[in-house]
Amino acid sequence: MLDFEDTIARDQRIEPRDPMPEAYRKTMIRQIAQHAHSEIIGMQPEGEWITRAPTLRRKAILLAKVQDEAGHGLYLYSAAETLGADRGDLTTRLIEGRQKYSSIFNYPTLTFADVGVIGWLVDGAAICNQVPLCRSSYGPYGRAMIRICKEESFHQRQGYELLMTMMRGTDVQREMVQDAVNRWWWPSLMMFGPPDGDSPNTAQSMAWKIKRHTNDELRQRFVDMSVPQAVSLGVTLPDPALRWNEERGHHDFGTPDWDELKRVISGDGPMNAARITRRRQAHEDGAWVRAAAAAHARKKAS
Amino acid sequence: MSFDDAYGALTDHDDDTRWAYGTGFADPLAGVPAAIPPGVDRAALAEYCLMLGDDALIMSHRLQQWVTLAPELEDEVAIANIALDLLGQARLLLTRAAEASADVAPAPAAASSAAAPAPVAASSAAGDAPVAASSAAGDASTGARGEDALAFGRGPAEFRNVQLVERADADFAHLVARLLAFATWRLAVLDRLRDTADPILAAVATKAVKELTYHREYAAHWVVRLGDGTDESHSRMQSAIDALWPLLAELDHEPSPLAPTTWRPEFNAILSQVLTAATVAEPAAAPAESSAAAPAESSAAAPAESSAADASLSTEAPDAVSAVDDAAEMSLPGATLPPTHRGGGGGGARAANFEISPLAESGRDGVHTPALAEILDEMQGLARSVPGGVW
Amino acid sequence: MNHEWPLFEVFVRAKRGLNHVHVGSLRAADHTMALHHARDLYTRRNEGVSIWVVRSDDVVSSGPDDKEPFFAPSGDKAYRHPTYYAIPDSVPHI
Repeated sequence: MLDFEDTIARDQRIEPRDPMPEAYRKTMIRQIAQHAHSEIIGMQPEGEWITRAPTLRRKAILLAKVQDEAGHGLYLYSAAETLGADRGDLTTRLIEGRQKYSSIFNYPTLTFADVGVIGWLVDGAAICNQVPLCRSSYGPYGRAMIRICKEESFHQRQGYELLMTMMRGTDVQREMVQDAVNRWWWPSLMMFGPPDGDSPNTAQSMAWKIKRHTNDELRQRFVDMSVPQAVSLGVTLPDPALRWNEERGHHDFGTPDWDELKRVISGDGPMNAARITRRRQAHEDGAWVRAAAAAHARKKAS
Repeated sequence: MSFDDAYGALTDHDDDTRWAYGTGFADPLAGVPAAIPPGVDRAALAEYCLMLGDDALIMSHRLQQWVTLAPELEDEVAIANIALDLLGQARLLLTRAAEASADVAPAPAAASSAAAPAPVAASSAAGDAPVAASSAAGDASTGARGEDALAFGRGPAEFRNVQLVERADADFAHLVARLLAFATWRLAVLDRLRDTADPILAAVATKAVKELTYHREYAAHWVVRLGDGTDESHSRMQSAIDALWPLLAELDHEPSPLAPTTWRPEFNAILSQVLTAATVAEPAAAPAESSAAAPAESSAAAPAESSAADASLSTEAPDAVSAVDDAAEMSLPGATLPPTHRGGGGGGARAANFEISPLAESGRDGVHTPALAEILDEMQGLARSVPGGVW
Repeated sequence: MNHEWPLFEVFVRAKRGLNHVHVGSLRAADHTMALHHARDLYTRRNEGVSIWVVRSDDVVSSGPDDKEPFFAPSGDKAYRHPTYYAIPDSVPHI
């Protein structure tokens, strides 16, 4: 393991067949798999609006975006498989509730403004989380993240642009936007995970250069970026404690409801059951198709 | 990459080639004259663009409904690709329909409530398909508003798509069966429209031929895999083909004077070859109820089509057709599916013996199954529920 | 539970004049499906003029244990590198 420590210390990448501590391998598989699951489950909240999008242009944008999420899930499963994980096994763990995905996707998308707010806030938070992961010490993960970040460069912009357009529309539309911001702001802040004091894995992940910034650092960065965007959009962020702190050079903000986060993570969010049910249904309904293709390939090979 | 600036990092594309990322997009209508040439019947052009556009729009809708439900994640991506291609074709064709004739558009009241042009459309093209960028940059009155007024402002009776694209897919076998028929038919038709008189329709056809060639190949491979795979998949594939068959007769009812008439032999030959490779039986004839209902009328109503189909049975199989057969036996049925034939001289000795019984009532005439009303409720509900909304 | 479709590695040539570059992997029942999936998954943005797919099982690679014997011996052959040779700055075009 001298090689491993040395490679990490020199800020070089660990590649698939390098020796690595078993705990590092397990941590990487878990992190990448959860990330992959999040991309796949994350198709559902927005996917519900593809067939209902109010213009053909929005329909095309949304369809391309949700398709990208499937692609990103695949890049990530591919990275996990370089560590010896099996995608079928990871999928089983997901639909049996043994592996998690981002809790943000357990909230419902009630109006089309949610599509815009997901792009602006949820994808914005994801970008803050993901850009540092491009430097992850595990090579295949870092490379997958670079590709994902590049492809996602349009996701946040399309969301913000949709909201700008709606804010120039009717009163009903402006109310839809503000309502969606009210519902998604706090869950977005929770996407960065529990506060650093309650995040037991952070220290080891930082040492292994799997993580580059703490949860609270990333959350602060996200708040600082979002405030001027909200002003420009003309919406109010639903936090009475939110104000600029000249001394710190950052915004102060309120405390998210961490009990809510725990409830949602433990399976008690508004949409947990529905998300998993749909994923399981697709997997189980597709079993005969996958089996048929495998059988056909065997016949042709023999 | 500038990792400390999340947004800077996203626009830092220096190493594109290293990542095989984005080498740019081409506007399919670049350099194509937009004017409708003299001698082209504007009403007929508008009507035919509407028919082809509606076919693509509704078929795309049915594929969109598979999002998050595909049997494997790779197919999730593939099906979305096909849905996006068809949506792109629909947008271009509906836009052209609105340009060609104001008569095809719904009444102004419905149009404006459904879709006023977005004020930022032109400046927001960065994240959008080139198609929208070009139409937004052009005449706003015929760009987004044209396609959206037609998509969101019409009722079922005003849609002109074939009934083939309307019903929901019972399972993945139904999806690939219909996609095979739809893509094979549409490819044969649009291939023959590449030199049609209207330059925009011709350009759309040229673009679509590339896309549809892939759609057909994707579907053909899946039909073969499912037909040949397991007992269960074979039985499901056979059921899907049986359910598809009665819907194919409608395709011969093509009221537009612009519609090519020589696509049938190619269509029959391709379907026959794929089904043979899939070991799926061709249903012998149209279903009993429809042939029993009006046998005399159907043969009397369509003498031309019937003789065309008969003629195809005695035509020599072209080389490309046997190439498909050979490829099928080597497990690569669609990899070498032939480029479509110009002029429609094809057909094959083993071409499907379709029973031609054109429907008395066709989607082309605005007659639809109840499934279309359900689709439109879903597709148009939001757009219609926010009067004056901009999106 | 084992996944029924094998793993394939995907290589894309971004444009003429460049090598195929490994871009990732995917699952497919056979080579044709693997090519289709690679086209849909890795060239969604118009990148790529050519794709290779190869069964991951069929890739033979040097192992980490081979690192020293495989790669160290070439490390001391400085004479393979152009900077090994001192040429006066006054000599042009070399």
